[in-house]
Amino acid sequence: MSTVPETLSYTQEHEWITQPSDGVVTVGITAYAADALGDIVYVSLPQEGASVEAGEPCGEAESTKSVSDVYAPVTGEIVAVNAAVEEDPAVINSDPYGEGWLFRVRTGDDPGDLLDAQAYSKLIEEAS
Amino acid sequence: MSAPDAKRTPLHDVHAELGATITEFAGYLMPLRYGSETAEHQAVRTSAGLFDLSHMGEIFVTGPQAGAALDHALIGHLSVLAVGRARYTMIVDPAGGVLDDLIVYRLAPETFMVVANAANAATVRAELTDRAGGFDKATVDDRSDAYALIAVQGPKAQGILEKLTDAALADLKYYAILPGKIAGLDALIARTGYTGEDGFELFVSAGDAVTVWNAVTEAGGDDLRPAGLSSRDTLRLEAGMPLYGNELTAETTPYDAGLGRAVKLDKPGDFVGRAALAARADTPPGRTLVGLVARGRRVPRHGYDIVTSDGTPCGVVTSGAPSPTLGKPIAMAYIDAGHTEDTDLAVDIRGKHEPVDKVALPFYRRTS
Repeated sequence: MSTVPETLSYTQEHEWITQPSDGVVTVGITAYAADALGDIVYVSLPQEGASVEAGEPCGEAESTKSVSDVYAPVTGEIVAVNAAVEEDPAVINSDPYGEGWLFRVRTGDDPGDLLDAQAYSKLIEEAS
Repeated sequence: MSAPDAKRTPLHDVHAELGATITEFAGYLMPLRYGSETAEHQAVRTSAGLFDLSHMGEIFVTGPQAGAALDHALIGHLSVLAVGRARYTMIVDPAGGVLDDLIVYRLAPETFMVVANAANAATVRAELTDRAGGFDKATVDDRSDAYALIAVQGPKAQGILEKLTDAALADLKYYAILPGKIAGLDALIARTGYTGEDGFELFVSAGDAVTVWNAVTEAGGDDLRPAGLSSRDTLRLEAGMPLYGNELTAETTPYDAGLGRAVKLDKPGDFVGRAALAARADTPPGRTLVGLVARGRRVPRHGYDIVTSDGTPCGVVTSGAPSPTLGKPIAMAYIDAGHTEDTDLAVDIRGKHEPVDKVALPFYRRTS
């Protein structure tokens, strides 16, 4: 069973979002998604300063078997990108909720309609 | 999600205990990977990996006319195969289209074992039965469910198996097979594989599969790890080996795939597909199977178009993956005649043309 930290919010696309801090959220993909993808070998992320829109693709993650879109879970401006995961995407598999974060978005105080940990746990339970 | 009628191999519970990610493949629930598929791949390249291939079909053709029946049914010349040796061959339709690629082992003068891909085993059985119909003294018997197939692949495979058998493994040549005991149980021990490494394939009774698997696991210790279909695919791709459904299909002839040497037009007698293949033998194929290495990090995958510098489609990717050994994406692709010497090819990866370099196959060749 994949871990689903209580303090984070989630999307249907298996991404996690922190609570806003000064209007900025951190985004990554969940342990469930990382497990499903297998070894991630390449990730492309939006540029710092780019505008992203909730629900729209803004990057991609390549694993041995497949490629998946990375979606912007919230609307806003990219204020940081994790260069370490671009360099070594395996970090996403080994530490999806920590060192494997993808990018930070300035979104304001209301990140919109997201799943809580309980709802996301239910989602992945039904998917497996 | 798996279909409710998907079959389980005799090792299914072992895979579950190992925490494997299970996928449905060719009607079977199979281990895709146990942990990191990259680590499984590297284990086979540098040490040893253990595979469950029990989904593969084992179809026996026996009797005084078994060799003659196979000569008629397949593109190879099997009646001259020595006992204890194996041959890579194919079964084609009358138009020369590949129905499956096969390894045929001659176990005794009148006993051949035809190993078919799981997805095609029923077709191969039906075609062999039909094509052997004109041979009174040849019998076709599908024993797929009676056999489990366990592969031990990698440079340390021989040393690991020598702990479990008295069979003369060091003397067993590539593409040879001998009956022996593994952990005291009857096995057909073949020096064959689909990884580009040295290694063995063990055909054992389905009821002995768990015992043999556990014995190999124990003998291998830290030198061996279980490996799933995901690493099997990247291993065979690096080794430039075709996969049925990707490089080989019913719309492909052996010549298209660069495997014309498997077509034995000079063997005596007629065989299914002969006329069509003879006509193709001296005609340059309309397309050629090539190896590609991507310059960037995005991965060309099955079905993606190959394009020229002006964006004109000129081929299609049949298999592609990130290569653990090369550290770059690699692919096999069919390139249309007239473009095989192009030096500015690209792959259309979801709308963006990513440059690739054409290279000779295989991508990887073992050094010892």
